[in-house]
Amino acid sequence: MEVLIETAMMLLILTDMALLGLSRLRPCIAASAFQGMLLGAFTILAHLHALAPRIIIIGLASFALKGFVFPWLLRRSIREADVHAELEPYVGFSLSILAGIGMLGASVWLSGQLPLAAPAGGSVVVPAALTTFFTGLFLIVARKKAITQCLGYIIMENGIYVIGIMSVVHVPALVELGILLDVSVAVLVMGVAIFHINRQFDHIDTDQLDSLKG
Amino acid sequence: MLPLLLALGIIVISGCAALTAWNKPRLSSCIGAGGTVLGCAVGIIPALEVLMGGATRSLRCAWSMPYGSFFIELDPLSAFFLLPVFFLSALAAVYGGQYLMKYKDTKKLGPAWFFYTFLVASMVLVCLARNAVLFLIAWEIMALASFFLVAFENEKPQVRRSSWIYMVATHLGTACLLPMFLIFGAHAGSLDFDRFAHSLPQPLASICFILALIGFGTKAGIIPFHVWLPEAHPAAPSHVSALMSGIMIKTGMYGIVRMLTFFDVPPLWWGWLVLAIGIISGLLGVLFALAQHDLKGLLAYHSVENIGIIMMGLGVGLIGWSAAVPSVAILGMAGGLFHVVNHALFKGLLFLGAGSVYQAAHTREIDHLGGLIKKMPWTGACFLVGAVAIAGLPPLNGFLSEFLIFLGSLRGAISMGADVAVPLIGAVAGLALIGGLAAACFTKAFGIVFLGEPRSKTAADARESGPLMVAPMALLAAACIAVGFLGFCIVPAMSGVVTGILGFDAGPELKMAGGSLGSITAASTALLLLLACLAWLRRFLLSGREVGSSVTWDCGYTAPTPRMQYTASSFAQPITHFFGSLLGTKKRLQLGGRYFPGAAEFATHTQDMGYEKLYRPVFTAVKQFCERFLVLQHGRMHLYVLSIVATLVVLLVWQLR
Amino acid sequence: MHLEAFMNIFFGIVFAPLLAGIISRVKARVAGRTGKPLLQLYFDIYKNFRRGAVYSTTTSWLFRAGPIVGLAAALTALAIAPPLGSAAPLAFTGDVLLFAYMLGLMRFFTVLAALDTGSSFEGMGASREVFFSALAEPVLLLGLAAVARKAGTLQLSELLAAASATSPELVLVLAALCIVFLCENARIPFDDPNTHLELTMIHEVMVLDHSGPDFAFIECGAALKMWVLGSVIVGLVLPGAGENAWLVNGAAMLAGMFVLAISVGTVESVMARLRLLRVPQLLMTAGALSAFAFILVMR
Repeated sequence: MEVLIETAMMLLILTDMALLGLSRLRPCIAASAFQGMLLGAFTILAHLHALAPRIIIIGLASFALKGFVFPWLLRRSIREADVHAELEPYVGFSLSILAGIGMLGASVWLSGQLPLAAPAGGSVVVPAALTTFFTGLFLIVARKKAITQCLGYIIMENGIYVIGIMSVVHVPALVELGILLDVSVAVLVMGVAIFHINRQFDHIDTDQLDSLKG
Repeated sequence: MLPLLLALGIIVISGCAALTAWNKPRLSSCIGAGGTVLGCAVGIIPALEVLMGGATRSLRCAWSMPYGSFFIELDPLSAFFLLPVFFLSALAAVYGGQYLMKYKDTKKLGPAWFFYTFLVASMVLVCLARNAVLFLIAWEIMALASFFLVAFENEKPQVRRSSWIYMVATHLGTACLLPMFLIFGAHAGSLDFDRFAHSLPQPLASICFILALIGFGTKAGIIPFHVWLPEAHPAAPSHVSALMSGIMIKTGMYGIVRMLTFFDVPPLWWGWLVLAIGIISGLLGVLFALAQHDLKGLLAYHSVENIGIIMMGLGVGLIGWSAAVPSVAILGMAGGLFHVVNHALFKGLLFLGAGSVYQAAHTREIDHLGGLIKKMPWTGACFLVGAVAIAGLPPLNGFLSEFLIFLGSLRGAISMGADVAVPLIGAVAGLALIGGLAAACFTKAFGIVFLGEPRSKTAADARESGPLMVAPMALLAAACIAVGFLGFCIVPAMSGVVTGILGFDAGPELKMAGGSLGSITAASTALLLLLACLAWLRRFLLSGREVGSSVTWDCGYTAPTPRMQYTASSFAQPITHFFGSLLGTKKRLQLGGRYFPGAAEFATHTQDMGYEKLYRPVFTAVKQFCERFLVLQHGRMHLYVLSIVATLVVLLVWQLR
Repeated sequence: MHLEAFMNIFFGIVFAPLLAGIISRVKARVAGRTGKPLLQLYFDIYKNFRRGAVYSTTTSWLFRAGPIVGLAAALTALAIAPPLGSAAPLAFTGDVLLFAYMLGLMRFFTVLAALDTGSSFEGMGASREVFFSALAEPVLLLGLAAVARKAGTLQLSELLAAASATSPELVLVLAALCIVFLCENARIPFDDPNTHLELTMIHEVMVLDHSGPDFAFIECGAALKMWVLGSVIVGLVLPGAGENAWLVNGAAMLAGMFVLAISVGTVESVMARLRLLRVPQLLMTAGALSAFAFILVMR
């Protein structure tokens, strides 16, 4: 049990690493899809001892949404917007990985400081969740393309989701469903936005939005 | 104490005698080198006795100097530092005897020997002095003697510039030492070292520690105060570079270690700081070394790297000391101190080797050398031993000291809490990276200089150096090998030294480390046996078979030339490119020809970071500030006198107020 | 000292060349070919031992010393790499470090021998080799330090034995060590041992000029290096079965090594060689994995 959860968290950290180190869009999306599926499986794993239908539904929903629907949406917008495959980072990949080490260290330290009720599954869950959260933030900040920012939001939400799942017994599932809805809206909006940015200016480099200023 | 004073006397007198024989170069070399060797031989005996467990000896005489006393003492720590001083000085003197003969028609050798002997004597005195005034006097003689030695070829503008940089940098260091000793003295009521111990309260202790770190660190060459090293070492004659890099910079380390004995258990951040300085110095030192084109410049930056490793050892020791983990403290300190000796051996060896190469090929430019191992087999073999040792590879001595530092850091990293484990695991990763890069740098240095085909005419005409230059190198190489195999008896013998610093018994822990080192010796012996077996096997296999010789595989080119070989710059390029943001290498590429390729030119230059980012801006600012006072320099004598009088009056009034 | 301490030495000497055979067989099968015999490397080594040698006129004694030092260092490292379930003949506190640095010694002399030929191709390979291995070394030590913290010991055999208990951080260390394994042994995605262009190679290009027994030594050394690094990985994954179960341990060891070889073959079949500029990034990633593992173990 414990081992399975911890291993899942390790894989979560590994996908974070991959997201930081990969230089092309499609593998990045694949990594996020893997992360989504992992989280779906994790939802059920974390509550194996008291499996409620509600949890199975959440698990399956996130498995399907994050593992298939979001990636499909992202891939579709890449195709439609004809995005160049390279990521164009502000922060180089080696440095991103170093930042990753820093984020993990900070997460471990933070999780020791936070007044959280220790969730089941050992204390590895909170650091992993925080790392995922920070990775998402980092991707939003350090990559140029609008589509990677979208990806960043998804990753960030994954981090929040993990903490949510660990306390889903205490917190109504509505919260979690609300978050899911939030992100799907975000994806849709971004998709539309990307599409429009592309139509207007022929590229989706948010850096170029500066040129809108008078 | 008497043999030591006798040794000092012999060394100094021989220097003065060499000076009087200034117009007979051969005689003055004989006197200078012979006296140094004799003095060192006399002096090394009491040092060895004390290290072997003999009692500490001291001598205290009154002295007319205010606050001064002629107080010298030989304890295990001093003896430990004196050992390489005597050993390397003697060998470098023998080497220098022949090395300087090349200058006998153009230069006066008397002064060179005079300053050489004074450098040796002052280093001995620095290690012995137990009074701040005496210490600073010895420290200054050391700085001045080495300054004149660096400026030996003072007809070259580059040498003059280097020696001035050295002079200024070293005095900036001393400027930090003065207030440190004054703070100590003010609290202890005396400038004798034995009164200093445990006298300072906390905020002052930390200030003193920082001052000492800057002051002694400048002499030792820690980054960013290392600027003089890559300037002075290449400029000095090679036997002097060996002496300066091998031991003179270690007096800075001695100062730091000696000063540690004045404090109580240090706060944890001292260890963090020293360790961080060590890692940064080590890493940047080796990276800058990789970017060098000058053989002696490369070695100079490696001194920075090795000082970094020693500092890492001290840092690990300090962290262990503050965190009350004796094993970490003992292993870190012992590793750092052991590296002091090891570095003296192999860096001395490498500088002597570089000097031989310079005299034989008339250039230090690595990219112009090549194929020297066939012309200079002895120098080549000795340099190889030094290269393997400095790269920290078994079975030689460099590996053993790095092993102790590794072991200490790993001990702490696997058992302690995060505030101790994080810096220590950083030390492990840093040391491993430094080791790998050092190996890269010395495959470059040895491979390009000694292997392949000569890249220039002068390199092709090189000849082996004379026996008096080869013999010291061979002895140092033998010492590197011997220490590599005898680590298991040497390290337990260091317990007196480490105990003296930390204040708790280091014997059992070092005995255990000696056990590990014994296993390493076993592995090294196995390695040598395997080598012999395999060599014999190949000889057996090849006997009676056809052994042909041909050209190197040239991929079908019709006219390969030595210029097509990989150069040092191209060998290091992947690394310098990857770490480009740290090095700031400037490239200049000029392509000739418009439609057809013509003569092209490519040059890289790596400017020293400490010089560019710290010293130059500070000095420019100081200069600009001082230029405002140029109005005062008007050249009228009576106004000058007036300002002097005014100053005196103001001071008088202020004092009598 | 029990006889089974020498098991890994025996296995290494006998079976090390088999790994290369398995890898190439797997690659051939995936590509739909029959492939060369499993024992091909044994035949090659045997044949090279029976040949005379040709030395370049540029070279010196160092060129001849290179292969010998390389093989001797690899053999010494083999004596430190523990077999499953018992300590190696050369086991002591801190043997991890000697293990890593023996491989460093091997590399040092291989590189010098390559530079001794004066060929730019070999210089190129040597230059890449020293750079990549300088980055790989901290990864190896950091990863093993993470395991050591879990195990509370610095002796390789105890450390690996304690690690075999399933722990999730092991996944990270394992990933890092596998990357180091591929890098140090010049496998795809770092280096393609089967390419035919000197410009793109790392390890193979350094040994272009060696022939006869020298080349046989080098091939033995390379095979042994793969074996010793592989046995660390296998030791990390598989638990030893007690002191006296040497039969089980030996079988498990061999099976583990063969599975490792098959996975390397699979990786090589599905991946292409990385651009050289990307190699340091992959090694940094491996370093980050090791550091992650250490941070997580430290909690």
